[in-house]
Amino acid sequence: METHLADFIKDTAEGREADAILRACVHCGFCNATCPTFQLLGDELDGPRGRIYLIKQLLEGRPVSEKTQCHLDRCLSCRSCETTCPSGVNYYRLLVIGRGLVEQRVPRSLAARATRLLLTEAVPRRWIFAPSVRVGRLLRACLPAKLAEKVPDIVTAKPWPRPAAHRRRMIVLAGCVQSTLTPNTNAAAARVLDRLGIALFEAPGAGCCGAMRHHLHAKAPALDDIRRVIDAWWPHLENGVEGVVMTASGCGAHVRDYGVLLRHDPAYAEKAARIAAMTRDVSEVLASEQEALSRLLRESGTDRAGRRVAFHSPCTLQHWQQIRGVVEGLLAAAGYRIVPIADAHLCCGSAGSYSISQPLLARQLRDNKLAAMTASAPDVLVTANVGCQTHLQSGGTTPVRHWIELIDERLNGVC
Amino acid sequence: MSLDFSTGDPRFAVDRPALIARLSVVLPADALLTVEEDLRPYECDGLTAYRCLPSLVALPENEAQVRAILRICHELRVPVVPRGTATGLSGGATPHPDAVVVSMARLKKILRVDPFSRTAVVQPGVRNLAVSEAAAPYGLYYAPDPSSQIACTIGGNVAENSGGVHCLKYGLTVHNVLRVRGLTIDGESVEFGSAALDAAGYDLLALINGSEGLLTLLTEVTVRLTPKPPLAQVVIASFADVRRAGEAVARIIAAGIIPAGLEMMDKKAIHAVEPYVKAGYNLDAEAILLCESDGTPEEVAEEIVRVVEVLDNSGASEIRVSQSEVERLRFWAGRKAAFPAVGRVTPDYLCMDGTIPRKRLADMLEAIEALSRKYALRCANVFHAGDGNLHPLIMYDANQAGELERAVAFGAEILELSVRFGGTITGEHGVGLEKIDLMAEQFASGEIAAFHRLKAAFDEDGLLNPGKGVPTLARCREYTLARAGTAPVTFVAPKS
Repeated sequence: METHLADFIKDTAEGREADAILRACVHCGFCNATCPTFQLLGDELDGPRGRIYLIKQLLEGRPVSEKTQCHLDRCLSCRSCETTCPSGVNYYRLLVIGRGLVEQRVPRSLAARATRLLLTEAVPRRWIFAPSVRVGRLLRACLPAKLAEKVPDIVTAKPWPRPAAHRRRMIVLAGCVQSTLTPNTNAAAARVLDRLGIALFEAPGAGCCGAMRHHLHAKAPALDDIRRVIDAWWPHLENGVEGVVMTASGCGAHVRDYGVLLRHDPAYAEKAARIAAMTRDVSEVLASEQEALSRLLRESGTDRAGRRVAFHSPCTLQHWQQIRGVVEGLLAAAGYRIVPIADAHLCCGSAGSYSISQPLLARQLRDNKLAAMTASAPDVLVTANVGCQTHLQSGGTTPVRHWIELIDERLNGVC
Repeated sequence: MSLDFSTGDPRFAVDRPALIARLSVVLPADALLTVEEDLRPYECDGLTAYRCLPSLVALPENEAQVRAILRICHELRVPVVPRGTATGLSGGATPHPDAVVVSMARLKKILRVDPFSRTAVVQPGVRNLAVSEAAAPYGLYYAPDPSSQIACTIGGNVAENSGGVHCLKYGLTVHNVLRVRGLTIDGESVEFGSAALDAAGYDLLALINGSEGLLTLLTEVTVRLTPKPPLAQVVIASFADVRRAGEAVARIIAAGIIPAGLEMMDKKAIHAVEPYVKAGYNLDAEAILLCESDGTPEEVAEEIVRVVEVLDNSGASEIRVSQSEVERLRFWAGRKAAFPAVGRVTPDYLCMDGTIPRKRLADMLEAIEALSRKYALRCANVFHAGDGNLHPLIMYDANQAGELERAVAFGAEILELSVRFGGTITGEHGVGLEKIDLMAEQFASGEIAAFHRLKAAFDEDGLLNPGKGVPTLARCREYTLARAGTAPVTFVAPKS
């Protein structure tokens, strides 16, 4: 694609990067075909190819208004387009550059700024988020329906395994919202790994991985989040801990990007890169222990014809981390029957804070996803990220769970 | 750079504020784009070298809105450029500066899939692949499969009479469409074809296929569905020289075999695709052939034996047969993604679309190699070899002064050569803007004048997709004089 970047950016590192990305795009339009918002809205401006064009105009110095901002805001950052793109266009990176510039140039309304402040300051802090959810639950009956559906039910975790003297140890991120909304996920992962001879533990003080603030362009606080996580983990990693296990694919995708995000910080660059390299999704960890896992499953005596499971693979798993078929393989090996779901590549509309900032589109995507997941009447709905799990749960009555809980149940003889 | 519309192309005096006022009454606010910030991303289709800011963009969501737009445009004498998802490579959806671009992307309902009559009725904005996905539960699919099938629309396919790798056996779009419903420029409903195989009078359905949006705006298409063959296998043959590969193609057809697909890629194309798709192509080969066989297991087994024998006798250096469906799809994945994958090795490319007799394939490849040296531009070749349809991908860098102009001239020479070899200037992409001058190479002025009379029968004022498909006679004269050496060559070329 022909480009003529404006003077204000063309000789900067960001400008050169953006130019290279723009020039890789040949405008074939394949991306629009797998873009959730283009599928819903049918406007070039709401697909990746159009957004790339909008960002190109911005970089070429043309005037930009709330129109461009609106179309960039509507992007879910699901990166389905990147999976589809045959030309290898790094769309998301260009989007981040474009959004950053729009943020500087197009002011937001007071209400929008207040929402963002709430999301960047309250959600990542467990001491604010957890009591807020409790209050929300108490008041749910009095809230308008649209707000009430966002308040999740109370979920209690089954107990963690008793501390064992396993030689192998791994860290798991407690996270910001997951420990409040779906506390059984990490507990289930710990019980499964315990059976495999791996002790899983949450390092105190790590807090939020920084993804929430990063995606809301709170650049400096987002990097501080990362540094705090690194500080909390580093002593353990120096002390024989073998790796980091992620049970929320959204956080996992972000932690795997730590090396890139902190590459210009001399004090943290190396640690960040090492942590990123040591981080794996819990599905990858289990897949590498498949032999031992299969033996345990056989011994558990529950290897009978299983229930039918619909698995929604989060975008942060299938597109960001390019992990596909692994969870499905583990569930199948555990005796579950995976039912195919239509348009499995499409986002469910959760997408970080998207369900709050773009409620209409998020609901449409959620309802479409639930319809696809329940089309062949499966027994269980599962996913691999807390955001998707609670968002999908808000749209239906069938429980939506983390897939690791199913493996945990099989190992413990519960079916 | 942008298109120069001053050379004898039709222009229209449009009262834009009045037009916006009228359209705003019939369209919701989010269905009418009027400011440059919103219009710019609509300035081109898949042929990015040709760009033009449209006057307005309308995004109707039903036939009633399309009709209302057309009536207003007809009354106010405003040109209309139809657009699907704009994946075309000949500039068929490139805007006109005075026009309303009417995007059909929101008309994307699959209205009916009938497994008994093996037909589907769809709106024009439905994606090609979505038709096959909807038909899959019945063991059926929509056969024409352009490489852009994931994204391109049925409406666009009809407009360009699109082909694909399986058209050798199953036909182009025209052979797989039974009926179309559309609107004329004055908003009147028209229907061509029927569920029956033949209809009284002239075959106007065939005329609509490939009419490039110049005659009607489609609102509904009935397509034929084909039973999925129980088995398909593909043979990949590598060749140490392209002449042998070209001869092998001719020999396969001469042996009476009609493969489901017969494709050829040259070394540059193989090297562009392989690192991304990892299809397992032989990187040492000068050319590879992909030859697909489908049918019952017995038919496939018999045909594969014959194909392998011909390829072997033609001097293939390596022959492999797909052993599973996964492997077959992987072998094809490289071919399907070839165009955009070339985008990995070059910032820009022009994809040409000439057709020549199969026996001239090797001559053409050698000529292209010589032209590549002459213009100092790289060219990767991807062919629907079975039907002699060439897709040379001329690589250039739009940011380098003069490269685009060289690429355009390079492409024009390939197409002129196609005509001289006894072929045509388009196989399946349409004429659009890209090849409009070359129509004069293919047709005499009497024939062009007949095309204009046909157009006038549908659209007297020339409002539908002006400047595309058929050149004005003035433009033809300009071209002929230029080729005779008495005037400088000026293709409808992007100008600085």
